[in-house]
Amino acid sequence: MKRLLLLTPLLFLAALATPAFAEDLLMTRSSQAFPETMMSLQEGITKHGYTVSRVQRVDIGLTAMGYETDKYRVVFFGKPDEIRWLTDNHPETIPYLPPKIAIFAEANDTLMVAINPAHFAQFFDDPALKDVFLRWERDFRAILNAVD
Amino acid sequence: MSYRLAILCVLLLAAAGAQAEPRGASLYEQHCSACHGDAGLGGVGVPIALPSFLGGVTDDYLSKTIRHGRPGRVMPAFHQLTDAEIDAIVAHIRNLADVAEPDLPNITIQGDPVRGEALYTSHCAQCHGASGEGGKGTGVTFSRPRDLPIIAPALNNSGFQQAASDTMIRHTLIHGRAGTPMISFREAGLSDQDIDDIIAHLRTLEPTPPLEGAEAPILVAESPYDLDSTVDNLRQAVISKNFRIIREQTLADGLQPEGQDSQKQVILYFCNFNFLNDALAIDPRVGLFLPCRITVVEDDDGVRLMAINPLRLSHLFNNRELDAACQEMHGIYRDLLEEASL
Repeated sequence: MKRLLLLTPLLFLAALATPAFAEDLLMTRSSQAFPETMMSLQEGITKHGYTVSRVQRVDIGLTAMGYETDKYRVVFFGKPDEIRWLTDNHPETIPYLPPKIAIFAEANDTLMVAINPAHFAQFFDDPALKDVFLRWERDFRAILNAVD
Repeated sequence: MSYRLAILCVLLLAAAGAQAEPRGASLYEQHCSACHGDAGLGGVGVPIALPSFLGGVTDDYLSKTIRHGRPGRVMPAFHQLTDAEIDAIVAHIRNLADVAEPDLPNITIQGDPVRGEALYTSHCAQCHGASGEGGKGTGVTFSRPRDLPIIAPALNNSGFQQAASDTMIRHTLIHGRAGTPMISFREAGLSDQDIDDIIAHLRTLEPTPPLEGAEAPILVAESPYDLDSTVDNLRQAVISKNFRIIREQTLADGLQPEGQDSQKQVILYFCNFNFLNDALAIDPRVGLFLPCRITVVEDDDGVRLMAINPLRLSHLFNNRELDAACQEMHGIYRDLLEEASL
Protein backbone atom coordinates (compact mmCIF):
# COMPACT_ATOMS: atom_id res chain seq x y z
CA MET A 1 0.00 0.00 0.00
CA LYS A 2 2.88 2.32 0.87
CA ARG A 3 4.35 1.67 -2.58
CA LEU A 4 1.02 2.61 -4.12
CA LEU A 5 0.94 5.79 -2.07
CA LEU A 6 4.42 6.71 -3.30
CA LEU A 7 3.61 5.76 -6.86
CA THR A 8 0.40 7.77 -7.07
CA PRO A 9 1.99 11.23 -6.69
CA LEU A 10 4.68 10.19 -9.17
CA LEU A 11 2.01 9.18 -11.68
CA PHE A 12 0.32 12.49 -11.06
CA LEU A 13 3.51 14.41 -11.82
CA ALA A 14 4.13 12.27 -14.90
CA ALA A 15 0.60 12.99 -16.13
CA LEU A 16 1.26 16.71 -15.91
CA ALA A 17 4.68 16.56 -17.57
CA THR A 18 4.99 18.13 -21.03
CA PRO A 19 6.39 15.74 -23.63
CA ALA A 20 9.89 16.66 -24.81
CA PHE A 21 9.50 17.67 -28.42
CA ALA A 22 10.95 20.45 -30.51
CA GLU A 23 9.04 21.74 -33.50
CA ASP A 24 11.44 22.58 -36.29
CA LEU A 25 10.03 26.03 -36.95
CA LEU A 26 8.00 28.28 -34.70
CA MET A 27 5.25 29.65 -36.88
CA THR A 28 2.18 31.67 -36.11
CA ARG A 29 -0.57 33.44 -37.96
CA SER A 30 -1.98 36.84 -37.07
CA SER A 31 -5.36 37.93 -38.30
CA GLN A 32 -4.10 41.51 -38.21
CA ALA A 33 -2.78 43.25 -41.29
CA PHE A 34 0.94 43.43 -41.89
CA PRO A 35 1.67 46.91 -40.41
CA GLU A 36 -0.21 46.20 -37.18
CA THR A 37 1.39 42.80 -36.83
CA MET A 38 4.85 44.22 -37.44
CA MET A 39 4.24 46.81 -34.75
CA SER A 40 2.96 44.17 -32.30
CA LEU A 41 5.92 41.93 -33.06
CA GLN A 42 8.47 44.65 -32.37
CA GLU A 43 6.64 45.63 -29.19
CA GLY A 44 6.67 42.01 -28.05
CA ILE A 45 10.38 41.67 -28.77
CA THR A 46 11.12 44.79 -26.72
CA LYS A 47 8.76 43.74 -23.93
CA HIS A 48 10.74 40.53 -23.49
CA GLY A 49 13.97 42.44 -23.01
CA TYR A 50 15.39 42.16 -26.53
CA THR A 51 16.54 44.97 -28.78
CA VAL A 52 15.47 45.12 -32.41
CA SER A 53 18.75 45.71 -34.22
CA ARG A 54 17.50 45.91 -37.78
CA VAL A 55 14.61 45.19 -40.12
CA GLN A 56 15.53 43.81 -43.54
CA ARG A 57 12.95 44.93 -46.09
CA VAL A 58 13.01 41.98 -48.45
CA ASP A 59 9.95 43.13 -50.38
CA ILE A 60 11.42 46.57 -51.07
CA GLY A 61 14.55 45.03 -52.57
CA LEU A 62 12.56 42.64 -54.72
CA THR A 63 10.16 45.33 -55.92
CA ALA A 64 13.04 47.65 -56.77
CA MET A 65 14.46 44.90 -58.96
CA GLY A 66 11.15 44.45 -60.78
CA TYR A 67 9.80 41.39 -58.99
CA GLU A 68 6.24 41.21 -57.68
CA THR A 69 5.93 40.39 -54.03
CA ASP A 70 3.74 40.91 -51.02
CA LYS A 71 5.11 42.52 -47.86
CA TYR A 72 8.05 40.57 -46.51
CA ARG A 73 10.50 41.62 -43.78
CA VAL A 74 13.09 39.98 -41.56
CA VAL A 75 13.41 41.32 -38.00
CA PHE A 76 16.79 40.90 -36.28
CA PHE A 77 16.97 41.23 -32.51
CA GLY A 78 18.97 40.25 -29.45
CA LYS A 79 20.08 41.11 -25.96
CA PRO A 80 23.34 43.03 -26.35
CA ASP A 81 25.14 41.42 -23.41
CA GLU A 82 24.00 37.97 -24.40
CA ILE A 83 25.11 38.41 -28.01
CA ARG A 84 28.48 39.69 -26.82
CA TRP A 85 28.86 36.71 -24.46
CA LEU A 86 28.02 34.32 -27.28
CA THR A 87 30.39 35.87 -29.80
CA ASP A 88 33.23 36.07 -27.26
CA ASN A 89 32.83 32.60 -25.80
CA HIS A 90 31.19 30.65 -28.59
CA PRO A 91 32.25 32.19 -31.89
CA GLU A 92 30.92 29.13 -33.70
CA THR A 93 27.43 30.59 -33.16
CA ILE A 94 28.26 33.85 -34.96
CA PRO A 95 26.65 32.98 -38.32
CA TYR A 96 23.31 32.55 -36.54
CA LEU A 97 23.52 35.84 -34.63
CA PRO A 98 21.58 37.93 -34.00
CA PRO A 99 18.44 35.73 -34.16
CA LYS A 100 15.61 36.71 -36.48
CA ILE A 101 11.93 36.34 -37.24
CA ALA A 102 10.62 36.45 -40.80
CA ILE A 103 7.26 38.20 -41.17
CA PHE A 104 5.21 38.24 -44.34
CA ALA A 105 1.72 39.06 -45.52
CA GLU A 106 -0.70 36.39 -46.62
CA ALA A 107 -3.76 38.07 -48.07
CA ASN A 108 -5.33 39.84 -45.06
CA ASP A 109 -3.36 37.81 -42.51
CA THR A 110 0.28 37.99 -41.53
CA LEU A 111 2.58 35.05 -40.88
CA MET A 112 5.64 35.00 -38.65
CA VAL A 113 8.22 32.26 -38.59
CA ALA A 114 11.42 31.61 -36.65
CA ILE A 115 13.80 28.70 -36.40
CA ASN A 116 13.07 26.94 -33.14
CA PRO A 117 16.13 27.92 -31.05
CA ALA A 118 16.00 24.49 -29.41
CA HIS A 119 17.59 23.25 -32.61
CA PHE A 120 20.62 25.43 -32.00
CA ALA A 121 21.27 23.31 -28.91
CA GLN A 122 21.59 20.37 -31.29
CA PHE A 123 23.70 22.35 -33.74
CA PHE A 124 26.13 23.36 -31.02
CA ASP A 125 26.40 20.58 -28.49
CA ASP A 126 27.59 22.54 -25.48
CA PRO A 127 25.75 22.46 -22.13
CA ALA A 128 26.58 26.12 -21.53
CA LEU A 129 24.65 27.05 -24.66
CA LYS A 130 21.66 24.83 -24.04
CA ASP A 131 20.21 27.08 -21.34
CA VAL A 132 20.46 30.12 -23.60
CA PHE A 133 18.76 28.43 -26.52
CA LEU A 134 15.99 26.91 -24.43
CA ARG A 135 15.31 30.31 -22.89
CA TRP A 136 15.18 31.77 -26.38
CA GLU A 137 12.66 29.12 -27.33
CA ARG A 138 10.40 30.09 -24.42
CA ASP A 139 10.81 33.79 -25.20
CA PHE A 140 10.25 33.45 -28.94
CA ARG A 141 7.13 31.38 -28.37
CA ALA A 142 5.83 34.00 -25.95
CA ILE A 143 6.63 36.82 -28.38
CA LEU A 144 4.89 35.08 -31.28
CA ASN A 145 1.89 34.02 -29.21
CA ALA A 146 1.47 37.54 -27.86
CA VAL A 147 1.22 38.89 -31.41
CA ASP A 148 -1.32 36.25 -32.29
CA MET B 1 -3.85 10.49 6.53
CA SER B 2 -2.17 8.26 3.95
CA TYR B 3 -5.51 7.21 2.52
CA ARG B 4 -6.60 10.83 2.29
CA LEU B 5 -3.40 11.64 0.38
CA ALA B 6 -4.02 8.78 -2.02
CA ILE B 7 -7.61 9.85 -2.62
CA LEU B 8 -6.47 13.43 -3.18
CA CYS B 9 -3.91 12.30 -5.74
CA VAL B 10 -6.47 10.17 -7.56
CA LEU B 11 -8.87 13.12 -7.67
CA LEU B 12 -6.09 15.39 -8.96
CA LEU B 13 -5.24 12.84 -11.63
CA ALA B 14 -8.87 12.70 -12.67
CA ALA B 15 -9.01 16.48 -12.77
CA ALA B 16 -5.82 16.61 -14.85
CA GLY B 17 -7.32 14.08 -17.23
CA ALA B 18 -10.49 16.11 -17.60
CA GLN B 19 -8.43 19.23 -18.22
CA ALA B 20 -6.39 17.36 -20.83
CA GLU B 21 -9.53 16.55 -22.86
CA PRO B 22 -8.37 17.63 -26.30
CA ARG B 23 -10.22 20.49 -27.91
CA GLY B 24 -10.04 20.33 -31.66
CA ALA B 25 -10.40 24.03 -32.36
CA SER B 26 -7.60 25.13 -30.07
CA LEU B 27 -5.34 22.27 -31.16
CA TYR B 28 -6.01 23.19 -34.79
CA GLU B 29 -5.19 26.80 -34.06
CA GLN B 30 -2.01 25.78 -32.27
CA HIS B 31 -0.69 23.28 -34.80
CA CYS B 32 -2.41 23.78 -38.15
CA SER B 33 -3.78 27.26 -38.74
CA ALA B 34 -0.42 28.96 -39.34
CA CYS B 35 -0.07 27.00 -42.58
CA HIS B 36 -3.64 26.01 -43.51
CA GLY B 37 -5.40 29.16 -42.31
CA ASP B 38 -7.97 29.58 -39.56
CA ALA B 39 -10.79 28.51 -41.89
CA GLY B 40 -8.71 25.86 -43.67
CA LEU B 41 -8.54 27.88 -46.89
CA GLY B 42 -4.80 27.30 -47.31
CA GLY B 43 -1.71 29.44 -47.30
CA VAL B 44 1.74 27.97 -46.92
CA GLY B 45 -0.22 24.72 -46.62
CA VAL B 46 -2.88 23.42 -48.98
CA PRO B 47 -6.56 24.27 -48.53
CA ILE B 48 -8.23 21.53 -46.50
CA ALA B 49 -11.73 22.96 -46.12
CA LEU B 50 -12.74 22.18 -49.70
CA PRO B 51 -16.02 20.20 -49.55
CA SER B 52 -14.83 18.04 -52.43
CA PHE B 53 -11.68 17.20 -50.49
CA LEU B 54 -13.37 16.43 -47.18
CA GLY B 55 -16.08 14.51 -49.01
CA GLY B 56 -13.46 12.27 -50.57
CA VAL B 57 -11.15 11.45 -47.68
CA THR B 58 -11.69 9.37 -44.58
CA ASP B 59 -10.92 10.38 -41.03
CA ASP B 60 -8.28 7.65 -41.08
CA TYR B 61 -6.59 9.41 -44.02
CA LEU B 62 -6.62 12.74 -42.16
CA SER B 63 -5.32 11.12 -38.96
CA LYS B 64 -2.47 9.33 -40.73
CA THR B 65 -1.60 12.49 -42.64
CA ILE B 66 -1.28 14.42 -39.38
CA ARG B 67 0.66 11.63 -37.70
CA HIS B 68 3.10 10.89 -40.53
CA GLY B 69 3.11 14.16 -42.45
CA ARG B 70 4.51 14.29 -45.95
CA PRO B 71 8.28 13.76 -45.79
CA GLY B 72 10.02 16.38 -47.92
CA ARG B 73 6.73 18.12 -48.82
CA VAL B 74 6.46 20.78 -46.07
CA MET B 75 3.69 19.05 -44.04
CA PRO B 76 5.49 17.90 -40.87
CA ALA B 77 4.78 14.71 -38.94
CA PHE B 78 3.08 15.41 -35.62
CA HIS B 79 4.61 12.62 -33.57
CA GLN B 80 4.08 14.60 -30.36
CA LEU B 81 0.28 14.59 -30.54
CA THR B 82 -1.73 11.87 -28.83
CA ASP B 83 -4.27 9.83 -30.78
CA ALA B 84 -7.04 11.65 -28.91
CA GLU B 85 -5.60 15.03 -29.89
CA ILE B 86 -5.37 14.00 -33.53
CA ASP B 87 -8.95 12.72 -33.42
CA ALA B 88 -10.03 16.09 -32.03
CA ILE B 89 -8.21 17.96 -34.80
CA VAL B 90 -9.76 15.69 -37.44
CA ALA B 91 -13.22 16.34 -36.01
CA HIS B 92 -12.54 20.07 -36.18
CA ILE B 93 -11.28 19.85 -39.77
CA ARG B 94 -14.39 17.94 -40.77
CA ASN B 95 -16.50 20.73 -39.30
CA LEU B 96 -14.69 23.33 -41.39
CA ALA B 97 -16.85 22.38 -44.35
CA ASP B 98 -19.50 20.37 -42.52
CA VAL B 99 -19.00 17.39 -44.80
CA ALA B 100 -19.62 13.86 -43.58
CA GLU B 101 -16.92 11.23 -43.78
CA PRO B 102 -17.35 9.07 -46.89
CA ASP B 103 -17.79 5.33 -46.50
CA LEU B 104 -14.57 4.05 -48.07
CA PRO B 105 -13.56 0.70 -46.59
CA ASN B 106 -9.87 -0.08 -46.64
CA ILE B 107 -9.77 -2.75 -49.36
CA THR B 108 -6.79 -3.56 -51.56
CA ILE B 109 -7.63 -3.08 -55.21
CA GLN B 110 -6.13 -5.41 -57.79
CA GLY B 111 -5.00 -4.07 -61.13
CA ASP B 112 -2.34 -4.29 -63.81
CA PRO B 113 0.50 -1.92 -62.84
CA VAL B 114 2.16 -2.13 -66.25
CA ARG B 115 -1.00 -1.05 -68.02
CA GLY B 116 -1.55 1.44 -65.23
CA GLU B 117 1.84 3.04 -65.83
CA ALA B 118 0.93 3.87 -69.41
CA LEU B 119 -2.41 5.31 -68.31
CA TYR B 120 -0.73 7.28 -65.54
CA THR B 121 1.79 8.75 -67.99
CA SER B 122 -0.93 9.93 -70.35
CA HIS B 123 -3.50 11.12 -67.78
CA CYS B 124 -1.79 11.96 -64.48
CA ALA B 125 1.91 12.71 -64.95
CA GLN B 126 1.36 16.22 -66.29
CA CYS B 127 0.20 17.41 -62.84
CA HIS B 128 1.57 14.78 -60.45
CA GLY B 129 4.96 14.35 -62.14
CA ALA B 130 6.44 11.46 -64.09
CA SER B 131 7.43 9.65 -60.90
CA GLY B 132 4.54 10.90 -58.78
CA GLU B 133 6.73 13.59 -57.23
CA GLY B 134 3.87 16.13 -57.22
CA GLY B 135 3.54 19.77 -58.19
CA LYS B 136 6.06 22.41 -57.28
CA GLY B 137 5.83 25.05 -54.57
CA THR B 138 3.92 24.95 -51.33
CA GLY B 139 0.26 25.80 -50.79
CA VAL B 140 -1.29 28.91 -52.25
CA THR B 141 0.98 31.59 -50.79
CA PHE B 142 3.72 33.41 -52.65
CA SER B 143 4.87 30.33 -54.47
CA ARG B 144 1.60 30.08 -56.35
CA PRO B 145 -0.98 32.52 -57.66
CA ARG B 146 -3.79 32.72 -55.11
CA ASP B 147 -6.45 31.91 -57.67
CA LEU B 148 -5.05 28.39 -57.98
CA PRO B 149 -6.77 26.33 -55.34
CA ILE B 150 -4.38 23.47 -54.65
CA ILE B 151 -1.01 21.99 -55.47
CA ALA B 152 -0.90 18.54 -57.06
CA PRO B 153 0.00 16.06 -54.29
CA ALA B 154 3.10 13.89 -54.46
CA LEU B 155 1.62 10.45 -55.00
CA ASN B 156 4.96 8.73 -54.44
CA ASN B 157 5.32 10.29 -51.01
CA SER B 158 5.60 7.74 -48.22
CA GLY B 159 3.16 9.80 -46.11
CA PHE B 160 0.55 9.76 -48.86
CA GLN B 161 1.08 6.07 -49.55
CA GLN B 162 0.55 5.29 -45.86
CA ALA B 163 -2.49 7.51 -45.47
CA ALA B 164 -4.45 6.91 -48.68
CA SER B 165 -6.33 3.67 -49.10
CA ASP B 166 -6.90 2.19 -52.55
CA THR B 167 -10.61 2.89 -52.27
CA MET B 168 -9.95 6.51 -51.40
CA ILE B 169 -7.72 6.93 -54.45
CA ARG B 170 -10.35 5.23 -56.59
CA HIS B 171 -13.02 7.58 -55.23
CA THR B 172 -10.84 10.57 -56.13
CA LEU B 173 -10.15 9.28 -59.65
CA ILE B 174 -13.84 8.56 -60.25
CA HIS B 175 -15.26 11.80 -58.82
CA GLY B 176 -12.36 14.25 -59.14
CA ARG B 177 -12.08 17.19 -56.75
CA ALA B 178 -14.38 20.08 -57.55
CA GLY B 179 -12.58 23.38 -57.09
CA THR B 180 -9.21 21.90 -57.99
CA PRO B 181 -7.61 20.93 -61.30
CA MET B 182 -8.35 17.25 -60.47
CA ILE B 183 -11.04 16.14 -62.89
CA SER B 184 -13.32 13.09 -62.82
CA PHE B 185 -11.54 10.48 -64.88
CA ARG B 186 -14.69 8.45 -65.22
CA GLU B 187 -16.28 11.42 -66.95
CA ALA B 188 -13.07 11.75 -68.96
CA GLY B 189 -13.64 8.27 -70.32
CA LEU B 190 -11.57 5.92 -68.16
CA SER B 191 -13.16 2.58 -67.28
CA ASP B 192 -13.23 1.03 -63.81
CA GLN B 193 -10.46 -1.34 -64.93
CA ASP B 194 -8.35 1.61 -66.17
CA ILE B 195 -8.72 3.28 -62.78
CA ASP B 196 -7.80 0.10 -60.89
CA ASP B 197 -4.73 -0.32 -63.07
CA ILE B 198 -3.63 3.24 -62.32
CA ILE B 199 -4.00 2.54 -58.59
CA ALA B 200 -1.91 -0.63 -58.98
CA HIS B 201 0.78 1.48 -60.66
CA LEU B 202 0.66 4.14 -57.94
CA ARG B 203 1.51 1.48 -55.38
CA THR B 204 4.74 0.74 -57.26
CA LEU B 205 6.02 4.32 -57.16
CA GLU B 206 9.31 4.77 -55.33
CA PRO B 207 9.51 7.65 -52.83
CA THR B 208 12.00 10.42 -53.55
CA PRO B 209 15.08 9.73 -51.40
CA PRO B 210 15.70 12.20 -48.55
CA LEU B 211 18.70 14.47 -48.35
CA GLU B 212 21.44 12.39 -46.76
CA GLY B 213 24.02 13.23 -44.16
CA ALA B 214 24.31 15.15 -40.92
CA GLU B 215 25.80 18.44 -42.00
CA ALA B 216 27.92 20.73 -39.85
CA PRO B 217 25.90 23.81 -38.78
CA ILE B 218 28.43 26.32 -40.10
CA LEU B 219 30.89 26.73 -42.95
CA VAL B 220 34.28 28.16 -42.00
CA ALA B 221 37.46 29.14 -43.80
CA GLU B 222 40.63 30.52 -42.28
CA SER B 223 42.07 33.55 -44.04
CA PRO B 224 45.79 34.21 -44.34
CA TYR B 225 45.03 37.94 -44.71
CA ASP B 226 44.16 40.63 -42.19
CA LEU B 227 40.55 41.52 -41.53
CA ASP B 228 40.30 44.45 -43.97
CA SER B 229 41.95 42.57 -46.81
CA THR B 230 39.73 39.54 -46.21
CA VAL B 231 36.59 41.70 -46.29
CA ASP B 232 37.87 43.29 -49.49
CA ASN B 233 38.51 39.86 -51.03
CA LEU B 234 35.03 38.80 -50.01
CA ARG B 235 33.45 41.84 -51.65
CA GLN B 236 35.13 41.01 -54.94
CA ALA B 237 34.20 37.33 -54.70
CA VAL B 238 30.55 38.17 -54.00
CA ILE B 239 30.33 40.50 -56.99
CA SER B 240 32.04 37.96 -59.24
CA LYS B 241 29.25 35.48 -58.37
CA ASN B 242 26.60 37.95 -59.60
CA PHE B 243 25.44 38.90 -56.13
CA ARG B 244 24.80 42.46 -55.09
CA ILE B 245 26.24 43.68 -51.79
CA ILE B 246 23.31 45.16 -49.90
CA ARG B 247 24.90 46.01 -46.57
CA GLU B 248 28.08 45.91 -44.53
CA GLN B 249 27.94 46.19 -40.77
CA THR B 250 29.46 44.97 -37.54
CA LEU B 251 27.68 42.06 -35.92
CA ALA B 252 26.53 44.13 -32.95
CA ASP B 253 25.39 47.08 -35.06
CA GLY B 254 22.03 48.18 -33.71
CA LEU B 255 22.57 46.27 -30.47
CA GLN B 256 25.50 48.16 -28.94
CA PRO B 257 25.81 51.95 -28.82
CA GLU B 258 27.66 53.30 -31.84
CA GLY B 259 31.42 52.96 -31.38
CA GLN B 260 31.10 50.29 -28.70
CA ASP B 261 30.43 47.42 -31.11
CA SER B 262 33.38 45.20 -31.99
CA GLN B 263 34.97 46.18 -35.28
CA LYS B 264 36.47 42.69 -35.52
CA GLN B 265 33.20 41.04 -36.54
CA VAL B 266 32.14 42.32 -39.93
CA ILE B 267 29.04 41.06 -41.72
CA LEU B 268 28.69 41.31 -45.48
CA TYR B 269 25.07 40.95 -46.61
CA PHE B 270 24.47 40.22 -50.28
CA CYS B 271 21.68 39.14 -52.57
CA ASN B 272 20.96 37.79 -56.01
CA PHE B 273 17.37 38.91 -56.45
CA ASN B 274 16.62 36.38 -59.15
CA PHE B 275 17.79 33.58 -56.89
CA LEU B 276 15.80 35.09 -54.02
CA ASN B 277 12.65 35.31 -56.13
CA ASP B 278 13.04 31.68 -57.15
CA ALA B 279 13.63 30.65 -53.54
CA LEU B 280 10.48 32.43 -52.38
CA ALA B 281 8.58 30.58 -55.09
CA ILE B 282 9.81 27.31 -53.60
CA ASP B 283 8.96 28.12 -50.00
CA PRO B 284 7.72 31.43 -48.53
CA ARG B 285 9.50 30.68 -45.26
CA VAL B 286 12.96 31.13 -46.76
CA GLY B 287 13.23 34.53 -45.08
CA LEU B 288 15.00 32.62 -42.36
CA PHE B 289 17.95 32.23 -44.75
CA LEU B 290 17.90 35.90 -45.67
CA PRO B 291 19.78 37.91 -46.56
CA CYS B 292 22.77 35.87 -47.75
CA ARG B 293 25.59 36.66 -45.40
CA ILE B 294 29.19 35.89 -44.57
CA THR B 295 30.82 37.14 -41.38
CA VAL B 296 34.53 37.93 -41.20
CA VAL B 297 35.87 37.52 -37.68
CA GLU B 298 39.24 38.39 -36.23
CA ASP B 299 40.18 36.98 -32.83
CA ASP B 300 43.13 35.26 -31.14
CA ASP B 301 42.85 32.39 -33.63
CA GLY B 302 43.33 34.73 -36.61
CA VAL B 303 40.91 35.81 -39.31
CA ARG B 304 38.07 33.51 -40.33
CA LEU B 305 35.13 33.66 -42.70
CA MET B 306 31.95 32.08 -41.39
CA ALA B 307 28.53 31.31 -42.84
CA ILE B 308 25.52 29.24 -41.94
CA ASN B 309 25.36 25.87 -43.62
CA PRO B 310 22.15 26.01 -45.70
CA LEU B 311 22.05 22.23 -45.90
CA ARG B 312 21.82 21.92 -42.12
CA LEU B 313 19.04 24.48 -41.91
CA SER B 314 17.18 23.02 -44.85
CA HIS B 315 16.34 19.88 -42.87
CA LEU B 316 14.10 22.00 -40.63
CA PHE B 317 11.83 23.01 -43.51
CA ASN B 318 10.83 19.52 -44.68
CA ASN B 319 10.86 20.73 -48.27
CA ARG B 320 12.82 18.67 -50.76
CA GLU B 321 12.68 21.41 -53.38
CA LEU B 322 14.26 23.75 -50.91
CA ASP B 323 16.95 21.15 -50.23
CA ALA B 324 17.99 21.46 -53.87
CA ALA B 325 18.18 25.27 -53.64
CA CYS B 326 20.17 24.95 -50.41
CA GLN B 327 22.55 22.55 -52.12
CA GLU B 328 23.20 25.29 -54.68
CA MET B 329 23.58 27.94 -51.98
CA HIS B 330 25.93 25.67 -50.05
CA GLY B 331 28.16 25.47 -53.12
CA ILE B 332 28.07 29.24 -53.56
CA TYR B 333 29.02 29.86 -49.91
CA ARG B 334 31.85 27.32 -50.19
CA ASP B 335 33.17 29.02 -53.34
CA LEU B 336 32.99 32.46 -51.73
CA LEU B 337 34.82 31.35 -48.61
CA GLU B 338 37.47 29.74 -50.72
CA GLU B 339 37.91 32.67 -53.11
CA ALA B 340 38.10 35.22 -50.30
CA SER B 341 40.72 33.25 -48.41
CA LEU B 342 42.93 32.12 -51.29
